[in-house]
Amino acid sequence: MSATTIVSLPDQSTARIPKVNFLTKENGLLSWLLTGDHKRIATLYLISITFFFFIGGALAGLIRLELLTPQSDLMAADTYNKVFTMHGVIMVFFFLVPSVPATIGNFLIPLMVGAKDLALPKINLLSWYLYVIAGIMAIYTMVAGGVDTGWTFTTPLSTHYLNTNVVSTGLAIFVAGFSSIFTGLNFIVTIHKMRCPGMTWFRLPLFVWSNYAASILMVLGTPVLAITLVLVVLERTVHIGVFDPALGGDPLLFQHLFWFYSHPAVYIMILPGMGVISEVVSTFSRKRVFGYTAVAFSSVAIAVFGFFVWAHHMFIMGISNYAALVFSLLTMLVAVPSAIKIFNWAFTLYKGSITFETPMLYAFGFMGLFTIGGMTGVFLGATGTDIHLTETYFIVAHFHFVMVGGMLMAFLSGIHFWWPKWTGRMYPEKISQLAAVVTFIGFNLTFFPQFILGTLGMPRRYAAYPPEFQVLNVFSSAGASVLGVGYLLPILYLTWSLKYGAIAGDNPWQATGLEWQIQSPPLTENFPEIPIMDHEAYDYEWLERQQQKEVASVG
Amino acid sequence: MSEPTGQDHIVSPKTYAIVAVALLVLTATTAGVSYIELGVFNAVVALAIAVIKAMIVVLFFMHLKYSSKLTKLTAISGIFIFLGLISMTMADYISRAWGRW
Amino acid sequence: MSDSTAIAHDAHHEHPPYQRHHFETVSQQFDATNFAMWLFLLTEVMFFGGLFTAYLILRNWYYPAFVVGSHQLSIYWGTANTAVLITSSFTLAMGVWCAETKRKSGLVLCLWLTFILGLAFLGIKSIEYHEKWVKHHVPGIRFSVENFTHPQTDPEVYNEYHDKPLSPDMASKTELYFFLYFAMTGMHALHMIIGIAILGYMIIRAKQGAYTTGHVTFVENFGLYWHFVDIIWIFLYPLLYLISRHT
Repeated sequence: MSATTIVSLPDQSTARIPKVNFLTKENGLLSWLLTGDHKRIATLYLISITFFFFIGGALAGLIRLELLTPQSDLMAADTYNKVFTMHGVIMVFFFLVPSVPATIGNFLIPLMVGAKDLALPKINLLSWYLYVIAGIMAIYTMVAGGVDTGWTFTTPLSTHYLNTNVVSTGLAIFVAGFSSIFTGLNFIVTIHKMRCPGMTWFRLPLFVWSNYAASILMVLGTPVLAITLVLVVLERTVHIGVFDPALGGDPLLFQHLFWFYSHPAVYIMILPGMGVISEVVSTFSRKRVFGYTAVAFSSVAIAVFGFFVWAHHMFIMGISNYAALVFSLLTMLVAVPSAIKIFNWAFTLYKGSITFETPMLYAFGFMGLFTIGGMTGVFLGATGTDIHLTETYFIVAHFHFVMVGGMLMAFLSGIHFWWPKWTGRMYPEKISQLAAVVTFIGFNLTFFPQFILGTLGMPRRYAAYPPEFQVLNVFSSAGASVLGVGYLLPILYLTWSLKYGAIAGDNPWQATGLEWQIQSPPLTENFPEIPIMDHEAYDYEWLERQQQKEVASVG
Repeated sequence: MSEPTGQDHIVSPKTYAIVAVALLVLTATTAGVSYIELGVFNAVVALAIAVIKAMIVVLFFMHLKYSSKLTKLTAISGIFIFLGLISMTMADYISRAWGRW
Repeated sequence: MSDSTAIAHDAHHEHPPYQRHHFETVSQQFDATNFAMWLFLLTEVMFFGGLFTAYLILRNWYYPAFVVGSHQLSIYWGTANTAVLITSSFTLAMGVWCAETKRKSGLVLCLWLTFILGLAFLGIKSIEYHEKWVKHHVPGIRFSVENFTHPQTDPEVYNEYHDKPLSPDMASKTELYFFLYFAMTGMHALHMIIGIAILGYMIIRAKQGAYTTGHVTFVENFGLYWHFVDIIWIFLYPLLYLISRHT
């Protein structure tokens, strides 16, 4: 075995994809549309969110095209507002929130806990249908002329001063919210009630812990978004006055309720990605994750603390200084568990046997970019700096570093890592490594200049800007085209690999974890018999003993 | 995983009847108290009675008293987050009138 | 491949027809679905929570408007509705007991009683809503502050409470009170309608004996939902009807 890769594939001349697996078990459209199999639902989700990712990405391309020149010359300012609003809505609600949980999480959680399916398969399917319905409503909104309030729907702009499709967008997000709630609910029940014998909480892979924490946020936070959107719709249609100062309401009430969800939402988006990184870093340094308990508890701590920091999005909006003080302090605290994870991954790497396959490249990208994004978040959590940096490109850069440099890289890492398990085939390694590097370079070129733009004072959500900002904007747009190539490549080669990729076998990465001990792709029922978990998580010695046993028995 | 489920302990009709009567009595009480002038304590008493009513519904009608620790923890965490929403939002509204500093 | 983890030989081939295949035992199925319902109720708590937050803030800001607004609600209908819901929770709890003790006709009777009481609640609610419509107290659609700037124009309420006239500014805030009234009781009523629909389905299935063979999960979990809707009303009643009835 080469020292530069841990990949161990079966003999390609004799290897075959197992004839009976979840993809081949039943045929026909209805067997997919009425499935209860979590793996099929995960596949349906993967296709759907990729579709929306490209719509959101196209909108991003339009934004960067417009911002090549200081004037609002590609599109009118109102149109530009619609473009960045739809970009935000689609990327947040239709890509990032469901990304890892609904695809990789749906696929893996039952496998990782040793169960035959999630606890509520029909609810799982319902969750996908709600997502699709919400997606259709969002597309309708775009076709009907879009909405230009910004994805944050700030009142009273969204309720009183604009005449775009706020109601239909609000209702679309309402439906998508319930899709998310049902996914989270399913995960919590499964993780509590369906662990196989011997699978104690502290033997679970850390991916499960991260998704558990994210699920708590989904279940408790999303309903508040739902009622907030209902109130916005009522305000627009019936003029009830709850957000209207003239009628006695408070526009800030909307923001409190909106951010009560939307701040935990960012943790919903990032926590599952952190779970992926834990798995990938361990596998590609051949070492158990350093400080398992700390990483597990930090996930839960992020979830709990994450509920109490929302007003740091509202420092300049008119909340009292006392409230700003309290929320700023809590924001400093919530950064600690995230940092703990970074330290633990770094210590996992230390003295590990590191190799640089594609998932690991994305993981390295994550660790660096998320650290930068997270640190800039702490800068913004201090009220003094926030007053100057908020609503500028500094914020845009901050959240793109954590969401794109962080979460999207983690998502791609996970997709590549579990692709062999999902499809039975390996993706082509060289081109995927190239794509990872191209993405990293493109990302930095796109978003790092935006930190500088923000500190120099360029406001966000503006189609036209002062000419002195043009050079940095041109760098940013150039980077965006590189980034676009980096994201296009995986679609091409992953699709290619479905037919022409090398046969992966059960455990090409020689990873621990129950999902790697069964065939690729898995059977519909996952395990012929429910396994008994008799070893700790990330137990590479156990894995070595298994392999020795197998070698001994063949001879 | 042999935790007590709602199924293991069958709550008797007698318990249900006592709870129902208690709820009706408390309803009459809270209605009656609202006719008495207690200033700010009107709200306090009304909410206190409502909380007691809710608690006996949760404990006995919803079997929480006989449920697993996990179920009890779930109910408590829901209340905790709800109170967090209310109190942290109120932290802003209450302190606005305190002036700039 | 399969000897890399120890295998448990389970006897799942013998299982009751109502046990789903991804569960190992009936007990696990009951536990899991029960827990799932509790979690769903948590989402409902947070859903209503947003409305309670709005209520708290607006009541603190516009207390006089909330007082006179609440005088417009009939305490008789409100208290009657509370009693109706409490009784329906009792009948449903008795229904669960009947299912657990395999009393089929008792279960059907209890479900019917709950169903009828639920309809009674909605009937009383529609009487109240109709009254609000007639008196021009529907915010945004059909609202007039006449009864609050000139309380004598509403002799029925004035004779009981002798409210002082509100300034036009404060009187306009009663619209916010009524918005909360309709939003909170309306959302509650929507949940009642869904519950009553499910009750209808359950009565049909109970008659077929679906819940008296040992599989009480559906009834038990529906009970949780129904009692929760009752709890929401337990809080709505004092917050909306009993703000201040003393004269």
